Amino acid sequence: MSTHTFLLNGARVSVDCDDDLRMLWVVRDLLGVHGPKYGCGLGVCQACTSHLNGLAVNLCAVRVGDIDDNDEIVTIEGLAATVGAPLHPMQQAWLDHDVSQCGYCQPGQIMTAVAKVRQARAEGRDLTDADYDQIRNVCRCGTYPRIRLAIAAGAQGMRRGG
Amino acid sequence: MDKLEHGDELGHGEQTGESRGVTRRSFVGYLIAAPTLVAAADLAFDSAALAALPTVQPVDAFDLTDGLTLTTAPTSQLISVEIRSDGTVAFALPRAEVGQGITTAVAMTIADEMGMPLDKVQVTLADARPELVWNQITAGSNSMHSIFTPVRVAAAIARERLLEAAAVVLGQPVGNLSLVDGIIRSVTGQTVAVATVAGLAAVSQTVAVQATLKSPSQFTLIGTPRGRIDAHDIVTGAKLFAMDLDIPGALPTMLCRAPTINASAISVRNFAAVKAMPGITDVVIIPHTTFVPGGVAVRGQTFGHCITAIRALDVVWGPGTVDGKSEANVLADLRASELPMLPPLLGKVIEDTFVFHFRPGDPLETSCAVADVRSDRAEVWAALKTPIWCKEQLALHLGLPLDKVTVHVTQAGGSFGRHLFPDAAFEAAEVSRVLGKPVKLMWHRTDNFRQGRVHPMCTSHVRLVHLLGNVLTFDQRHTSVATDFSQGFGELLTALVAMVPGLNGLTYAQLIFSLTANVPYNFGVVTQLINEIYAFNTFNTSSVRNIYSPEVCSAKELIVDRAARSMGKDPLAFRREFVRDARLRAVLDQVASAGNWGRTMPAGTAQGIAIHKEYKGAAACLVEIDCRAATVNRRVPDAYTGPRVTKVVYAVDVGLPINPLGLEAQMMGGIMDGIAQALSYSLHLQNGHFVEGSWDNAYYTRQWNTPPSVQIIVMPPTGDSPGGAGEFGVAATMAAVACAYARATGTNPTRFPINHDLPLGFTPLPTVPSIPESPTDGLEKAF
Ligand code: FES
Ligand code: FES
Repeated sequence: MSTHTFLLNGARVSVDCDDDLRMLWVVRDLLGVHGPKYGCGLGVCQACTSHLNGLAVNLCAVRVGDIDDNDEIVTIEGLAATVGAPLHPMQQAWLDHDVSQCGYCQPGQIMTAVAKVRQARAEGRDLTDADYDQIRNVCRCGTYPRIRLAIAAGAQGMRRGG
Repeated sequence: MDKLEHGDELGHGEQTGESRGVTRRSFVGYLIAAPTLVAAADLAFDSAALAALPTVQPVDAFDLTDGLTLTTAPTSQLISVEIRSDGTVAFALPRAEVGQGITTAVAMTIADEMGMPLDKVQVTLADARPELVWNQITAGSNSMHSIFTPVRVAAAIARERLLEAAAVVLGQPVGNLSLVDGIIRSVTGQTVAVATVAGLAAVSQTVAVQATLKSPSQFTLIGTPRGRIDAHDIVTGAKLFAMDLDIPGALPTMLCRAPTINASAISVRNFAAVKAMPGITDVVIIPHTTFVPGGVAVRGQTFGHCITAIRALDVVWGPGTVDGKSEANVLADLRASELPMLPPLLGKVIEDTFVFHFRPGDPLETSCAVADVRSDRAEVWAALKTPIWCKEQLALHLGLPLDKVTVHVTQAGGSFGRHLFPDAAFEAAEVSRVLGKPVKLMWHRTDNFRQGRVHPMCTSHVRLVHLLGNVLTFDQRHTSVATDFSQGFGELLTALVAMVPGLNGLTYAQLIFSLTANVPYNFGVVTQLINEIYAFNTFNTSSVRNIYSPEVCSAKELIVDRAARSMGKDPLAFRREFVRDARLRAVLDQVASAGNWGRTMPAGTAQGIAIHKEYKGAAACLVEIDCRAATVNRRVPDAYTGPRVTKVVYAVDVGLPINPLGLEAQMMGGIMDGIAQALSYSLHLQNGHFVEGSWDNAYYTRQWNTPPSVQIIVMPPTGDSPGGAGEFGVAATMAAVACAYARATGTNPTRFPINHDLPLGFTPLPTVPSIPESPTDGLEKAF
């Protein structure tokens, strides 16, 4: 048992727990932030995808002991604040394309999408069908085609919005 | 597309509300005594639908949609809308929202009938209300169909009462007033807000009143594309599921589950050691019963603590229900139990038997429920499609009066038939009862695959005989591992059997089969029969999305393609010639033209086309598939790629589409299911357990399988009432993909999904411990 501290959606938080506890349970069960969803706990379904220092990670596959004091975790709840707007362009694109069905996978889908766009932009290119084909997030409701359309639109919004 | 040919129906009348004689616009309802305006619909007198159903006909005349609507008719009067003093409209929907968009469609219906803006209508999910009897079951894609008119009547009564109150305020005759966009206006231009008159419109005594529904030509919302009303909550992470509820004291709880299907925990060898593990509050054996899957329950500070403790447990397990069995044994049992066919008539015989493997039936949100059971009361929160039955069973089991058991229906992270079974709620309540503490119980994903509910393995034997350009006979013998209809939904079916003459003596399976299976072609003498093997609780099954139809339809359409080939006809031309339903022909023509049927395609690729009739509607699907080596052998890590469906064109006629955008979403989901079911999604039964334990083992459609082009065409209205939608995308897609695969590969596939007999593409997770350890490589995989 030790004390862990990091930044969560812009605020400093601390928890007392075992180093081995996965971040998904730290965030959901100890800190009460429910946006990242549990869909497998195996690093497979990607429903728990959130951002660690701007990169997409599966919280279920990260030990809290591997998180540093200055690491910044952003969950779906904190995404809009990273662009200082009521909604991140990717969230807006999700609304414009009415992507969601049950919605259970969608926080993870959006966090993955934002990271994919950033990654492609860092490589100086646009996302292609080949990039969409690599997205591993499961949507059991089958919203995949709308997700593709929304990512393309969200990418444009991110280009405009910076 | 709005011209339908009715001339060639051969007596198979279209099942619109019109032909039943139930289309009318004047209804009686109630104003309910309350501090604010509450209007309720009373359709109990409305026996028109009953009277128009003389005896049970084949599925053409009376299908599952009728069955479910009939049982919900007698208590529909209890559906009410409330106009709050802030001018918003509240409606507690006695149905489950599982992603199908029912809350949005109902909000649109209320808003349109009243004349309110959509964002002023709030639809929540009602707690279990036993007085509704059958009217709180969400099944058979029947919700919108059964609730559409009652909801409109309540809304219309509310509208007319608001206008009466406004007439007093404005000193105008009611006839001079209208409610548009939430504002009451007079012909002379005076206005008053709904909020202003809501209190005045309240009544102190409940009275019966008459109201007139708007005519469909007055609809401004119904039929227009609208985004989901909960979309904003979803994309901001604010939508709460059962797992997200913070109920005081309800600590995370998980179960260590058996290594074989339905085995019971006998004892725990290291009970004390596990109970003493850090963060663990309780360890207790929960015996396996018909209602409670059971195992060893562990309650702890976080789910992570529960997982660690479960992995440490050393449990002695009893026997399961299928120990030692593998799918080859099940297949042999199925083959031995097939109902016989008469010897074929003289003619050319096209015949085969198709095998469909077990496949998972669970949604992305794993099973979960919160329960707080005390000696004198109980409270449960869960995603439930049969909340009344759940409440009654809980009261019975806990020995509590019904009014001491509260059952809250939470939003569901998908269902696909799974939430007809309240097993997570029962299990949570049982753990809470035994411990005397609140629990938040969650299943692990691996358990959901291995001990969750599956679509049963089945075979479908089809024989078609043709002679001189005519099809003389079509016989189908469907043989299936028993589908479990025992919980809640089964009670409704029992009531249905009692209410409709001619259904007596049918098993649930025969009933559902006889109400859904159909051959929409002029194929002479047609027989379709089902037989089931094993007791209903041998395997854990459920009426997974679209129940029998995807397999029944795929087997039928594959034989149709072979018959067309045998008669030297093009698959589309053959279907056009033999189809016996004008709406089906219309959707068929629609996909054929939009999908450019018959275009020249490279070797190894092909189109497939199929039709399906159910839910008072018509559906057709055209797909293109790429089975060339370069596509089939694409490499994605830890994935099955295989043949790729590159294009889908789907046309659906649901009678009256309420929200085309939501309808398209439902078809899209069904399309993704159909693709998976034909090509990749199944479970392997080996030695008494299912081998698959993760989404990287059981190959539901992923982005690398998703067709780059999906076009969904919602046909213009062909009736006054909405048919079912939630399951309507599956059957025609599965059949079209199977047909396209056969054409692209030049084979006659008979075992589905087509990858099932390939060597396993993964190393199976161990069965002990039942829960795998969570990985720790998240940071390395960050992108
Ligand atoms: S819950 Fe983390 S990847 Fe599935
Ligand atoms: S929207 Fe339900 S799982 Fe994706």
